[in-house]
Amino acid sequence: MGRKAKFDETKKVKKGPGRKARKQPDPVFKKGLIDDDKEDKKLSHRQKQRAARRLKKKKELLEKRKALKEAKKSTPQPENEEQEGMSSEEEEQNGFTDDNKDWLKPKKKGVQSKKDMDSQSDESDKDEEDDDEESDDNDDKVGTLDDLFNDTDDENKDEASSDEDKQISNKTAYDSDSDNDESDDSNEESDMLPIEKANIKLKKKRKQDAKLADDEMQLNISKQDVFAFPSEEELNNPTSLQDVHQRIKDVVAVLSNFNQLKDEGRSRCEYTDLLLKDLCTYYSYNEFLMEVLMQIFPVQELVEFLEASEIARPVTIRTNSLKTRRRDLAQALINRGVNLDPVGKWSKVGLVIFSSTVPIGATPEYLAGHYILQGASSFLPVMALAPQENERILDMCAAPGGKASHIAAIMKNTGALFANDANKDRTKAVVGNFHRLGVVNAIICNYDGRQFPDVIKGFDRVLLDAPCTGTGVIAKDPSVKTTKDQKDIQRCFNLQRQLLLAAIDCCNAKSSTGGYVVYSTCSILPEENEWVVNYALKRRNVKLVPTGLDFGTEGFVKYRHHRFHPSLKLTRRFYPHTHNMDGFFVAKLKKFSNVIPKSANDEDEEEITVEESENKEPVQNGDVSDEKDINNVKPENKKNKRTATDGTENSIHPQKKIKTDPINSQLPSTQENGKNKAKNKQKKKKNKNKQAKPALEQNVNKTESKSETKEENDTDIKKDSTESSVNLLNNDMAKKNKNKKKKKNKKKTDNVQTNAIVKTNVDNVSEKVQIAAAKKLKKKNKKKKPIGVRIERNKNVTTQGNKQQKKLKKQKTKS
Amino acid sequence: MKVLSEDRTRILFEKLTKYIGVNVKLLIDRPDGTYCFREKKDRVYYISERLLQLAQTVKPDHLVSAGTCFGKFTKTNKFRLHITALTYIAPYAPFKIWVKPSSEQQFLYGHHVIKSGLGRITENTPKHQGVVIVTMADIPIGFGVTARTTAECRHADPLATIAFHQADIGEYIRSEDTLV
Repeated sequence: MGRKAKFDETKKVKKGPGRKARKQPDPVFKKGLIDDDKEDKKLSHRQKQRAARRLKKKKELLEKRKALKEAKKSTPQPENEEQEGMSSEEEEQNGFTDDNKDWLKPKKKGVQSKKDMDSQSDESDKDEEDDDEESDDNDDKVGTLDDLFNDTDDENKDEASSDEDKQISNKTAYDSDSDNDESDDSNEESDMLPIEKANIKLKKKRKQDAKLADDEMQLNISKQDVFAFPSEEELNNPTSLQDVHQRIKDVVAVLSNFNQLKDEGRSRCEYTDLLLKDLCTYYSYNEFLMEVLMQIFPVQELVEFLEASEIARPVTIRTNSLKTRRRDLAQALINRGVNLDPVGKWSKVGLVIFSSTVPIGATPEYLAGHYILQGASSFLPVMALAPQENERILDMCAAPGGKASHIAAIMKNTGALFANDANKDRTKAVVGNFHRLGVVNAIICNYDGRQFPDVIKGFDRVLLDAPCTGTGVIAKDPSVKTTKDQKDIQRCFNLQRQLLLAAIDCCNAKSSTGGYVVYSTCSILPEENEWVVNYALKRRNVKLVPTGLDFGTEGFVKYRHHRFHPSLKLTRRFYPHTHNMDGFFVAKLKKFSNVIPKSANDEDEEEITVEESENKEPVQNGDVSDEKDINNVKPENKKNKRTATDGTENSIHPQKKIKTDPINSQLPSTQENGKNKAKNKQKKKKNKNKQAKPALEQNVNKTESKSETKEENDTDIKKDSTESSVNLLNNDMAKKNKNKKKKKNKKKTDNVQTNAIVKTNVDNVSEKVQIAAAKKLKKKNKKKKPIGVRIERNKNVTTQGNKQQKKLKKQKTKS
Repeated sequence: MKVLSEDRTRILFEKLTKYIGVNVKLLIDRPDGTYCFREKKDRVYYISERLLQLAQTVKPDHLVSAGTCFGKFTKTNKFRLHITALTYIAPYAPFKIWVKPSSEQQFLYGHHVIKSGLGRITENTPKHQGVVIVTMADIPIGFGVTARTTAECRHADPLATIAFHQADIGEYIRSEDTLV
């Protein structure tokens, strides 16, 4: 090998041994391999001599054996089996009757002596078996007894060959396999070499082993099939963790095929309860958290998740693209004795560290800011955010600055990055990391995120990596297992909701490049993820957009009794057991209007909550589906409702959300028509009078009569529904029909009676639609609102309206 | 975030000149917008005017840091350069000292550079000149002040100090809390 000679003069051949000049040592082969190779070699003189001697010996042996066989035939000979069983037989002789003993003993000895004369090869063949049988005397009793039968037969009749068939018939089934065959062998294949015999024997043995193993398997399977539900005592006296683990496995198996495997008289509930308890003891979770996890995952997956949560994820680092390139960094680290690999195709800056001889958080490269230790999952929200150069970006919960510095790196230190964290001590870590990584476009501040809209608004993009219970990173912090309860979760998602609303408020919908908000948590609980996003969807003019991450599982649309907005499937979830990264949730929201569909006054909110608690539920129901009535929407009412719910987030009645199809969702509103109509209309009226500032003028006295308000509404509709009035009418009719058919309410009939009432009814339904609300608002506030926003709204309205029409048509055909 | 007083500006620039010489003006005249020095709680920040305007929306109590911290004024009104300034100092520094890989770690723990760890040194470095310490792979790892001229280094004892330690990137770990 070595360097190739270059005869062309222009290219200069380097001097010296070269980079790869270190010679490989000669390969070392195993002995066996070398022997094989040497077979071709000529034998040495002595080897030849030895070979000749060996040959001679072999011949002698053969002759001896032949002679012996002949002798056997002439004199009654015990079979091979007998010889094998020799020693054991001797021991068992005590068990025989006296007369038997008389003739047995001498014979035995004779046989043995003859056997001694036997060829060495024979002995060597059977040695093993002898040993076996000696050790397993008790087990082989049956076999040896049969052998004895043979002996007696042989001795009595002196006709070995002819009687063999009879012997076979005498033998038990167990022995017939091996012993008969062997005897056959001895007769028919006397010419066989010892090694061949051995081979045949081995094959038989293997067969038997396989058969035994099969039997055992069958036994095991049948055992598994009947998993008996443990008794109370067993449950009260836990034995070992292994047992619990086994029971978990069994219960999971039963649950996976419940109909066939269940114990009679046991309900699924009992099994799940048992599983819950076992999982809690085995993985040391508290029952609450385990219950919640069981609701998220199917049992099989749950066990996988729990297992994965026990193991730490691989250490990953992110290359700081401000200072170096990944390839250079990888080379530098490899030179320091670090074993690493790229994190995957989806990231160009991530490296996975498998092993390292140096502390990875204290290498000169680390200190020089060439990389930062960061979990692979932490890349995701920033990738979803997709920051552009020269944008103004906010990271609301930035500490310790990993994601924020990633953003700065993608922006290449242009634009402005606000890194905020509520904890002053933790902001020090942000400062340190930013300076180390060479981030110079950042402003680090220390606010409560909820107050940030008061400080500065108008960001192109906002990243909110909200504080959470950390159920996705149990491997990192196992204390989560036992410390979290319902209150913690509630506290968390309340904070998260407020933060998300604040984040959306900070964002600028009119930004030419952005207007995006990314919400992420390291929790896997839907309460902290989908539910929070769903909440924001209702209260702000935002919509979900694809995150741009091509892996991860879709977010939940249904969870227990919750029914979230269908677009929530655009969010992404990441699990430790499926993606080998920390449990994570990423949602990307696009803000399409800067209008805050809510009253700015907290007092207003409270009042509204008192006044209109009835209105809340229909609003939420309608949100899901009733986007078609956009044109009829009365924004003020929506505002009211939203603000009302704002005040009492927890008062949401998720069960009502179950009704997602437009017809159903209509019903609750119609039920409460009587109450709502009047209120809503009054408010609308008032708002109109004031020329409707978006959020402020909602709490109005309810004084006017119903009829007046109805008229008002009608006129409203005429004004508003210029674009798709025809469609709307159709829709109205359709709804009417449906209402008739359902006839769940008395008030429904009222609604159907007059057009006006129907329309108001529709209004009520439509009021629930946020987007619709926005539109209406827009119309009322035409002069105040910017054009860009309007256009967006119109688009929304029209597209959604179309969808709704289609839906309705389908329903019509069905009905 | 207030403007530096004349006196302090002078002290600051004198200090910077020690390390980057006439290149100081490159810090002020930049093609990508105007940059300025601002003072907050005796800390001096180097920040672009554009970013400064945004930073002024944040109340001083809540502002932790903006731009790059260069160092701080001590109670005796001297300026002490922090390691955080390395991002800007390193590219402009005319005098450098390269340390061998074996003594990198030593320097990162806060020790002076000794002759045995000296890999290379810029020609004609005068005595008591502010220098940037870099590894053989050209990664800047701190500041120092030369104890000897280049010529003297040649004949120095293996254990003789070549450069006094002033700041090193190990401080990011050792003293994260007092960094800014």
